[in-house]
Amino acid sequence: MLEVRNLSKSFRGLRAVRDASFDIPAGDIHGLIGPNGAGKTTIFNMIAGVYTPDSGDIFLDGKRIDGLRPDQVCAAGIGRTFQIVKPFAGLSVLDNVIVGALQRSKNVSEARTLSHTILEKLGLAPKRELPASSLTLPDRKRLEVARALATRPRLLLLDEVMAGMRPIECDLMVQVFRDLNRNEGLTILLIEHVMRAVMALARNIGVLHHGELIARGTPEQVVRDPAVLECYLGEETEV
Amino acid sequence: MTPDLILNVTIAGVLTGLVYGLMALGLSVIFGVVRVVNFAHGEMMTIAMYAAVVLFAALKLDPFIVMLPVGAAFFAFGYAMQAGFINPFITRPEHSQFMLLVAVAIIMVNALLMVFGPDARNVQVDYQLESFEIGKILLDKARLYAAIAALVAAAALFAFFKFTLAGKAIRACADNYMGAKVVGLDVKHLYALTFGLGSVCVAIAGCAMVLLVEVTPALGPAYTLLAFVIVIVGGLGSMPGALLGGVLIGVSEALAGLFIAPSAKSMFSFGLLILVLLLRPQGLLGKKA
Amino acid sequence: MKRAHLGLVLLAALLAALPAFAGSYALSVATLILYFAYTGQAWNVMMGFAGQLSLGHSLYVGVGAYAAGAIFFHYGIGPWAGLWVAILLCVALGMVIGFLAFRFGISGVYFALLTIAFAEFTRIGFDHFDWVGGPGGMFLRVAQRDTWDVAAFRGPPLMYYYTMLFLTAGAFALCSFLLKSRAGYYWQAIRENEEAAQALGINSFRWKMYAVALSSAMTAVSGVFFAFYYNNLFPEQMFHISRSIEIILGPIIGGVGTLFGPILGAAVLTLLSDGITELLAALGWEFPGIKQVFYGVVLLLVVMFLPHGIWPPLARRLGLNA
Repeated sequence: MLEVRNLSKSFRGLRAVRDASFDIPAGDIHGLIGPNGAGKTTIFNMIAGVYTPDSGDIFLDGKRIDGLRPDQVCAAGIGRTFQIVKPFAGLSVLDNVIVGALQRSKNVSEARTLSHTILEKLGLAPKRELPASSLTLPDRKRLEVARALATRPRLLLLDEVMAGMRPIECDLMVQVFRDLNRNEGLTILLIEHVMRAVMALARNIGVLHHGELIARGTPEQVVRDPAVLECYLGEETEV
Repeated sequence: MTPDLILNVTIAGVLTGLVYGLMALGLSVIFGVVRVVNFAHGEMMTIAMYAAVVLFAALKLDPFIVMLPVGAAFFAFGYAMQAGFINPFITRPEHSQFMLLVAVAIIMVNALLMVFGPDARNVQVDYQLESFEIGKILLDKARLYAAIAALVAAAALFAFFKFTLAGKAIRACADNYMGAKVVGLDVKHLYALTFGLGSVCVAIAGCAMVLLVEVTPALGPAYTLLAFVIVIVGGLGSMPGALLGGVLIGVSEALAGLFIAPSAKSMFSFGLLILVLLLRPQGLLGKKA
Repeated sequence: MKRAHLGLVLLAALLAALPAFAGSYALSVATLILYFAYTGQAWNVMMGFAGQLSLGHSLYVGVGAYAAGAIFFHYGIGPWAGLWVAILLCVALGMVIGFLAFRFGISGVYFALLTIAFAEFTRIGFDHFDWVGGPGGMFLRVAQRDTWDVAAFRGPPLMYYYTMLFLTAGAFALCSFLLKSRAGYYWQAIRENEEAAQALGINSFRWKMYAVALSSAMTAVSGVFFAFYYNNLFPEQMFHISRSIEIILGPIIGGVGTLFGPILGAAVLTLLSDGITELLAALGWEFPGIKQVFYGVVLLLVVMFLPHGIWPPLARRLGLNA
C-alpha cells in the first residue's frame, strides 16, 4: 500500500534522513523505531506532506504522494497524529472529532454520529462535552487518535502515542488498534519508544539510526540484530 | 531640481533618519526581546516631544539638556509599565497583548489632545536657523546635533548589550525565555529593564525630534507605524538594522517629498513595508526566524 | 438553548418596536449602535472565525462607501447597483491582501501590520485621487428625507434604522448558521491550530480566503450604508486607523468569536460613550479627545479583566449557551 523509495531530507546541512526505503502492505502494522533524533518523525512528516523530500518518492497504492500538501495527503487516505499533541483547545472533545469526521461525512449531523462512535471506541465518550483544554495528556493523545480516525483513513500514522501512558492505558490503546486493524483493515505505521506497544502490535519493524534504516524484519528478528543492539546500547568494548 | 538640492535633501534625510532610527531601535529592543508589540511607541515619542516643549517653554532648557531628565523619567515609566502592566500578559494570546497597548495608545494620544489641544507646538532655539557649509553641502545645525545625539545614544545601547552582564542576560532572555529562567535569570526584571531602555531611546529621540518638526497629538499613531515599518524593513532583532532602516526611510521620505508630493511621503513607507513583509520578512539585516 | 432563543425573539421584537416609543435622537443612537454591531460582526468573521487580526478594516468601509458614492455622484446610478460594485471591489481587495498574506505565511502581528499598511496606503492615495474629491471630500446629493424611497435609498431616519436592523439581524442569522456548519467547524479548527487542521484534510489557505472574502463583502455593505446615510466622505476620516479601531472595539469588548458579542459590545460602547458625553457636558468638562480617552480606558479594563469580552461571563450568569 505504501511504498517509500530512497527518501532523503536535509535541514541546512544536517542529513536527517538518508536513502530510506521500505514497503508497507495493506493491512500491516509496521513499526518504526530508533534512538531520538534518528529521523523517524521527519519520515512521517514527509509522508504526511509537511515536508517535501529532497529526493526519493512515496507512493500510496501506486500514486505518488510526495510533495502533496498535508490536506491533500489526508484526502488521499492517510491520517496522522502529532508527537506533541495539537488539540483544538477551545473546542469540545466532540467538536474536535467532528472536524475530522467532516472530511468524509456529507454534513454535520452525519459527522456527529460518526464522531460519537469513534469516541465510544476510544473510551472518551463520557468526556465529549468537555473543552479539549481540560483533558489530561493521555486523554489528549486518545483525542488525537480519535480525530485522525474520524477522517476514515486507510493508513494511520501514529507518532509516539503511547508516551506518557500507564501500562494499562497502553494495553487498552493496543487493543483498539488491533481491533481496527483486524475488523476494518486499517493499515498502521507507528513510531514508538514504548517497546511494550511495539512488540504487541507491530508485525514488521524498521530501525532508523542517524537517518538510515539499519535493520528490518519481524520484532523477534530485529530485537536480536547486532546492529540494532549497537545503536541502542553501544558497542562492546574490552575492559 | 539641481544635483545639489538632491544631495542636500538626501543628507537631511539621513540625519533625520538617524533620529527615526533611534526611535525604532527602542522598538526593536522591546519587540525583539520582550516580544511585546508596543503599539504605543509613537505615542510615547510624542509625549517626550511635548515634555521637551513644556520644559523649554517653562525653563528655557535646551532639548539636548532636557534629554537627561526626560530619559530618566521615561526609563522609570517604561520599567513600571512592563513590570506592572504588561508582564502579566506574557502568557496571554497575542491579540490580547496587542489590544492592551492599543488601549494605552488611545489613552495617551487623547490625553495629549485634552491637555495640549490639536494645535502644533514647537521649540525655537537659535541654532535651528543656522547651518554648517561644507562646499555645496548645507548641514542644518539642529539636524546635525540631533543625529549625533541619536548616534551617541545608539552606541551607548550597543555597548550596554555587548559588554555589560545585564545586557548579555537580556540577550539570553530574547534568545530563549525558558532557558534563561532555568539558569536563574530574573526574566521579569530583565524584561522591565528592556522596556525601560527602549523607552529611554524614545525619550531621547523625541527630544531630538522636537527640534526638527512641530508636534501635534496626531503624530503618535503616525510614529508608531513608522517605527514598525523601520523595524521590519531593517530587520527584527537587529540593532544596526533599526538604524539602517531609519536612515533608509528618512532618505526615501525626503526624496519622495521632493519628487512626488510632501503629503505622499508616508505612502512610500507603507508601500515599502508591504514589499518587505512579502519578499523579505526578516528585513534587511534580520535573522531568519 | 430554548432560553437563548426566547431572549433573541424578545430582543428582536423590542428593536423592531423601538421607533414607536423612542425619540429621534434615541433612534439615531440606535442606528449607530446597529451600524457598529453589524460592522463589528463583519470583522468578527475574519478574526473570531478564521483567527486573522485585521486592523485595517476601514479599508473596506472606505472603498465600499467611495465606490457606491462615486458611482452615484458621477453617473447618478443608485445605491443598489453601486452596492454590487462596492462588494466586488472589496472582495477583490480582501482576496489580494489575503493571498499575499497567506501565500507568504504572514500572520499574527505581521498580518495586522500588513492590513494597517494597506489602509494607510489607500488613505493617502485617496487624498490625491481627484475623481473622488481628494482631501476636500465627496458630497452626495440628498433628494429628499420624507418618504421611503428604497430604490434610491433616501428617506426618513426610520428607513435607515430598519435597514440597519435588518442588516444586523441578517448578519447574526448568517453567522449563526455558518458557525454550526462545516465552514464554522473548519474556521474554528484553523483558528485553534492550523497545522492540526491541515492534517485533518482542511485546505487552510482556501478557507481563510473564504473568511476574508465574506468579511470584506459584508463590510463593503457597511460602507455603502455609510455613504448614503452620512452623505459626505473624506479620505482622512474613512480610512483612518481610528476608524479601524472603532470597528473592532465592539467585538473585543463584547467578545471576539461569539455571535452576540459584537452586538452587545457596540451597545455598551455607544451607550456609555453617549452617557459620558452628556455627563461631561453637564459638568462643563468638554475637551476634545475626552471621549476617546474613555474608549481607551474601557478597552483597557476589558482587556485586562475580561479577556474574552463581556458576553461569555454574562451568558454564563444568565444560564445561556454563548
